Amino acid sequence: MSDALIRKVEKEYTSKEIPDFNVGDTIKVSVKIREGEKERTQVFGGIVISKRGKGTGTSFTVRKVSSGVGVERVFPLYSPNIDKIERVKEGKIRRAKLYYLRDKVGKSAKVKQKKRTTSKPSSNS
Amino acid sequence: MAGLIGKKIGMTRIFNPDGKSIPVTVIKAGPCKVIQKKTEKKDGYKAVQLGFEPTEKRINKPMLGHFKKAGLKPFKKIREFRLSVDDPDYKVGDTVTIEMFNVNEKINCTSLSKGKGFTGVIKKYGFHGGPKTHGQSNKYRAPGSIGSSATPSRVIKGMKMAGHKGAKNTTVKNLKVIIVDNENSLLTVKGTVPGWKGNYVLLKKAKG
Repeated sequence: MSDALIRKVEKEYTSKEIPDFNVGDTIKVSVKIREGEKERTQVFGGIVISKRGKGTGTSFTVRKVSSGVGVERVFPLYSPNIDKIERVKEGKIRRAKLYYLRDKVGKSAKVKQKKRTTSKPSSNS
Repeated sequence: MAGLIGKKIGMTRIFNPDGKSIPVTVIKAGPCKVIQKKTEKKDGYKAVQLGFEPTEKRINKPMLGHFKKAGLKPFKKIREFRLSVDDPDYKVGDTVTIEMFNVNEKINCTSLSKGKGFTGVIKKYGFHGGPKTHGQSNKYRAPGSIGSSATPSRVIKGMKMAGHKGAKNTTVKNLKVIIVDNENSLLTVKGTVPGWKGNYVLLKKAKG
C-alpha cells in the first residue's frame, strides 16, 4: 500500500515522456548544463549497462570508452536536466546488467553485444 | 493551531526545476476527528484530543465509552494537542485535515525513532575511538577515560557511555512542506522523519 501512495506523489514527476530503451542499447543522452546564466546541452553517447530503481529514483548508467579510458555516467531517468534520449542501436544481451564490459578491453570484447539487424530495419531509431 | 496525527509512508525523491534532487518523506496526514475538548475553565488549559485511523478492533471498554461520549467510532491513535488562547475553537466531532498546512511552510515532526539496541559510544555519540595503529591492541572502539582519579573518585553524572540507542520520541524541527495533496491526504516534506514506515508521526507547525 505504501508503495502505491509514494507512486501517487511521484506521479507528477514521472509523467515526462521517456523514449523506450533497454540495457545494451547504444544511446545518446542530451544533458542540459548551466554555466552561470547560460544554458547549453551536452551529448553523452554510449552503451546502457544498467537500469535500476523505480519511480523518480530510476537511473541508468551509460558507458563509453573515450580515448582509451572507460567513462561511465549515471543519469536519473526523470531529471529535468535530461533534454533528450535518442536510441542509436539496439543491443542483444543475455544479462540485466552489463558490468562485465568494464573488464573487457578492445574491440573484440565490446562487440559482445551483437547489434541485431532485425527483420524490421530499426524503425524507431 | 492544533497539529495533526500522521503515518510515515516512506521516502522518495523529487526534482526541482533546476534538476536538483530533493529527498522527501511522504506522510499520510489525517484526517483526524476531534474526540474531546479541554477548556481553560474545566481542565485549566486549552487543548483538543484528536483521533486518527478509524478502527473496530482491539478497543477496550473504557475507551469505547470515551468514543461513545463523543458520538464517534473508535480510533487507532489518539493524541492531545495544546491550543493557544487565540486559536480557533474546535467542536467535538470536527474534522481536522491536511489543509492546515501550506506549501513552503515549516513544520515539526515528532515520532518514535528506530531502536538500535545496545550500542557502543562510537555509534551512539560519535566518539572517535582509540588509535588503530602505533601498537594498539584492543581500544579501537573504546570510549577512553571516563574521568579523573581520587578527586572526585566517582564518575560524574551524565557521562556518555554505551547503552541503548533509539526507540525514543524524537522531534525533527523545521521540515519544509513540499507538496500538500488534499485529495489523498498526503503530505510531502523535505528531509527525513524519525522511525520506520507505518510509524505514527505528530505534525505541528513550526514556530516563527
